[in-house]
Amino acid sequence: MDAEAGGAVERAQSGDSDAFRLLVEQHSRAIFRLAFRMTGNEQDAEDVVQETFLRAYRQLSRYEARSSFSTWLYRIASNYALDLIRTRRRHEEKRERGNSEGRDILQSIPESSPGPDRIFYGSQVKDRVSAALDQLSAQERTAFVLRHFEGLSIAQIGEALGTGTNATKHSIFRAVQKLRKSLEPVAGTTT
Amino acid sequence: MNHLSEEQLTLFYYGESGETGGVEEHLAGCEQCRTEFRALQLVLNAVDSAPIPERGAGYGEAVWQRIGGQLGTRKRRRVFTWWIWAPATALLVLAAFLAGRLSHRTETGQTAANQQQVRERILLVAVGDHLERSQMVLAELSNAPDQKGRLDISDERQMAEDLLDDNRLYRQTARTTGDTAVANVLDDLERVLIEIAHSPSEVSGAQLAELQQQIESRGLLFKVQVLGSRVRGEESTPVGQRDKSRKNL
Repeated sequence: MDAEAGGAVERAQSGDSDAFRLLVEQHSRAIFRLAFRMTGNEQDAEDVVQETFLRAYRQLSRYEARSSFSTWLYRIASNYALDLIRTRRRHEEKRERGNSEGRDILQSIPESSPGPDRIFYGSQVKDRVSAALDQLSAQERTAFVLRHFEGLSIAQIGEALGTGTNATKHSIFRAVQKLRKSLEPVAGTTT
Repeated sequence: MNHLSEEQLTLFYYGESGETGGVEEHLAGCEQCRTEFRALQLVLNAVDSAPIPERGAGYGEAVWQRIGGQLGTRKRRRVFTWWIWAPATALLVLAAFLAGRLSHRTETGQTAANQQQVRERILLVAVGDHLERSQMVLAELSNAPDQKGRLDISDERQMAEDLLDDNRLYRQTARTTGDTAVANVLDDLERVLIEIAHSPSEVSGAQLAELQQQIESRGLLFKVQVLGSRVRGEESTPVGQRDKSRKNL
């Protein structure tokens, strides 16, 4: 049964924890998929799921039925994931600065392009897709995931992330450009 | 002939309404743009192949098992901790503290010093709890999301009302004991708590921004956090070493 249609949101807002449990059970998998696509990391995705529902519970009284409950959850999840990605990257940058000498040597070695024998295999294309998504900035990845996988409109994404329509559009354009650059050499092999 | 830009093709791919006028017609008559669009389609379709770990049908229940306990704790804390024992503790603490001060002159050496230590410790614990609860209210409002509609802050308003009486008592006590730095922070906190307590149950975006501005301009959340952590630190510090750190508050 659809918990939302069954009035679970209203009951949860009135303090019915069983109703909130229904909502958690109904939306957890979708939030996990969104979180994993955004963070690219299973442990982080689990953190996002947990924190999303804790935050949703605390803010339940603020939910208004103007948007669907799942869109509201997406908003909470994507904002938290965005913060998480940014924090992780700041830590990584610090760590990399700390090891800059060793890294410089490694980075000076040009990345080898995969030859036709390697890119033929679907699993390698999937790895390449994961790597390409990792190259996007936190903002680009979030906007792209919400548009491409979750089907939110650009206007909805701008509202959810508080970035406005134009900035969101440009984040998606930049994401698509970067993905094309990384994936065009291999994309044709998947068809 | 002007060809379609990558941006136009991207918007067309995603079917963004209002952004695709003329694109379909152009593609029908332009081989170069059709090729470009096919290349874009291939890349974006390939993105769908990104692996994603599956979660089974029982996943939602597992999530609930992880968070259910935390939800219960938070709720109980608000209902019981907040409403019932906090004001009573504040009164008891103040009464004990002031009673101690009034009888101070009649007590002798070691006994008076021991009683003073006990009173200070009780006061510190109570003030620490008070600051922690205040911090929760300030943080809830400071982190409230921007939104166009009205925001329900009835919980925060009720909490601020409850905190006000305690805050006055602690502030007066701090002044009486000459703890000026603590009294000043509690003074700032009181002004903001009054503002929150006097706000409507539902505020507009502008009203929320004003409250957030008041919290931010006084650096209040930071001050309360610092004071709270120092008070918690003092709880575990021997009295003899406490006075030095207190002057730095």
